[in-house]
Amino acid sequence: MRRLPQHAILWVVGIFVVGPLIYGVISGFKSTAQLSTNMFGLPSPWVTSNYTAVLSSGAFWRQIFSSTLIAVATTVIAVGVSALAAFVFARFAFRGREVVFTLFTMGLMFPFAVAILPLFVLLRSFDLLDNPLGVILPQAAFALPLTIIVLRGFFRTIPAELEEAAIIDGCSAFGFFWRILLPMARPALGTVSVLAIVTSWNNYLLPLLVFNEPKWWTIPLGVQQFQGQYAADTARILAYVVAAMVPALAFYSVAERQLIGGLTAGATKG
Amino acid sequence: MTLAATRPVDVAAASAPTPSRGRRRLRTWATIVSFLLPALVLFSSLVLVPIGVALYLSLFKWGGFGAPTDFVGLGNFTRMFKDSVFLGDLWRGFLLILFSVGIQLPFALAMAVLLNQKLRGRAIYRLLFFAPYVLSEAITGVLFSMLLQPGSGPADHLLGSVGLESLGGKWFADGSTVLVTIFVVITWKYFGFHMMLYLAGLQGIPTEILEAASIDGAGAWQRFRHVTLPLLGPTIRISVFLSVIGAIQLFDLVWVITRGGPTHASETMAVTMFQFGFKRFEVGYASAISVAILGISLVFALIYQRFVMRRDLEGAVTNMRARR
Repeated sequence: MRRLPQHAILWVVGIFVVGPLIYGVISGFKSTAQLSTNMFGLPSPWVTSNYTAVLSSGAFWRQIFSSTLIAVATTVIAVGVSALAAFVFARFAFRGREVVFTLFTMGLMFPFAVAILPLFVLLRSFDLLDNPLGVILPQAAFALPLTIIVLRGFFRTIPAELEEAAIIDGCSAFGFFWRILLPMARPALGTVSVLAIVTSWNNYLLPLLVFNEPKWWTIPLGVQQFQGQYAADTARILAYVVAAMVPALAFYSVAERQLIGGLTAGATKG
Repeated sequence: MTLAATRPVDVAAASAPTPSRGRRRLRTWATIVSFLLPALVLFSSLVLVPIGVALYLSLFKWGGFGAPTDFVGLGNFTRMFKDSVFLGDLWRGFLLILFSVGIQLPFALAMAVLLNQKLRGRAIYRLLFFAPYVLSEAITGVLFSMLLQPGSGPADHLLGSVGLESLGGKWFADGSTVLVTIFVVITWKYFGFHMMLYLAGLQGIPTEILEAASIDGAGAWQRFRHVTLPLLGPTIRISVFLSVIGAIQLFDLVWVITRGGPTHASETMAVTMFQFGFKRFEVGYASAISVAILGISLVFALIYQRFVMRRDLEGAVTNMRARR
């Protein structure tokens, strides 16, 4: 037990991190009246109606569906388009390559906030408001820089001899890309996909502007709207918040390695 | 990152005039163009063009409908630097950066050093500390606005039960405490991310070096100060960079919790931009603010990369010419 001080520190920090989450989970099992008298104890009785109400509401599942559809579509487009570009950046030498590549890397500096006004005007004139494409396409575009950088780095590690052999065997550039490079790049593709999914899932500003109608609301919009609607019903809001966090945390527990590996690699190589 | 190793098809070098070579060269260019085209189209139409349009609109007084006709030159920018809210945004952004770099990052580093030792359960601690990072800022904001309800929320009850009620009670509701409270939420959400960066960096430090220092009689603090810290330099510089950029561009969390209030006390540049652009329909002025956000980010990035990260990064923005 000579590590006691270290463990004490970790416990305190652990409570700071997990406390809010556990408080939310447990409070969801209380009624709001019970919550005001019994804030930190275990629920007595355990009230499940908050959670069952969330899980049986059409709005919640519609938001989950909407968030999922948008995240998957964003990722497929962003990763597909980036893989093609990263292939060219990694394995062809041509005039102007570094200029074009730098243009993409500078995209890392461009936050949504800078482009959001003209983007909104653009989407409005193309009638893409209240349309999932109005969120999917801009998100995919903003995901390109990081995805291209990570994939280019990976594609460069694949030996040139492999490509020469494939071309001697009569493989076209696209054939090499599709049949050899992409299957070999599966770990890198997994990493960038996980990053794109999480970014899309958590996006707030763009869906907030694009979706006026509740029809396509994503989970972050839904949570915020629910808080506004049931302002005083604390326990019920907490149940909604907890239910809304579950998919992200579940995804994290499955894809933890790709997520952390990708973020650290993206940060140090970007 | 050497270019020489991966150069199977060198277009620039293929200059012999034989027809078959010319055709092959043409084919290579066709491949390059067709592979790059989707990314270029997507990126230019939805990232570059909007940013260009923002630059253009920032020169007009424009309400958002019809064509912008009321050209005001740099009027929006001169207005910005007389606007006490915008100047306040700069000051608050500066404070957030100061807090992040001075408190959040050292804290994350301390946790990383702690969890780099052989402690029981360290894998679980790492997993837990990082978890808030995957939650959306909007949901995090809703959760904390419930936890920190002034007077009636659990945080105040907890402080009250240990006799520290004077510490709480205001949180997001008071101009003098709101920014610090937002910073606490930022720390809750992001320190795990920086900790993971540092852990990745620490794992790259060979134990032999630390052992050697130890044999030479260096104590734990000296080993940290003179071996670990310098070797962690590149990671720390990246982490500071990301933290500063994040602070400059902060929006979701603030918008969900306070909308910038009370009376602008937590407003950031992005929130001001949003207010003018989408609530007050002063799109020209809002565009000027978004141009300022971009300008500040870029200037910071260029200066930082040139003077601070120069040794770590080959590539990125500044030394592209050196690279060709």
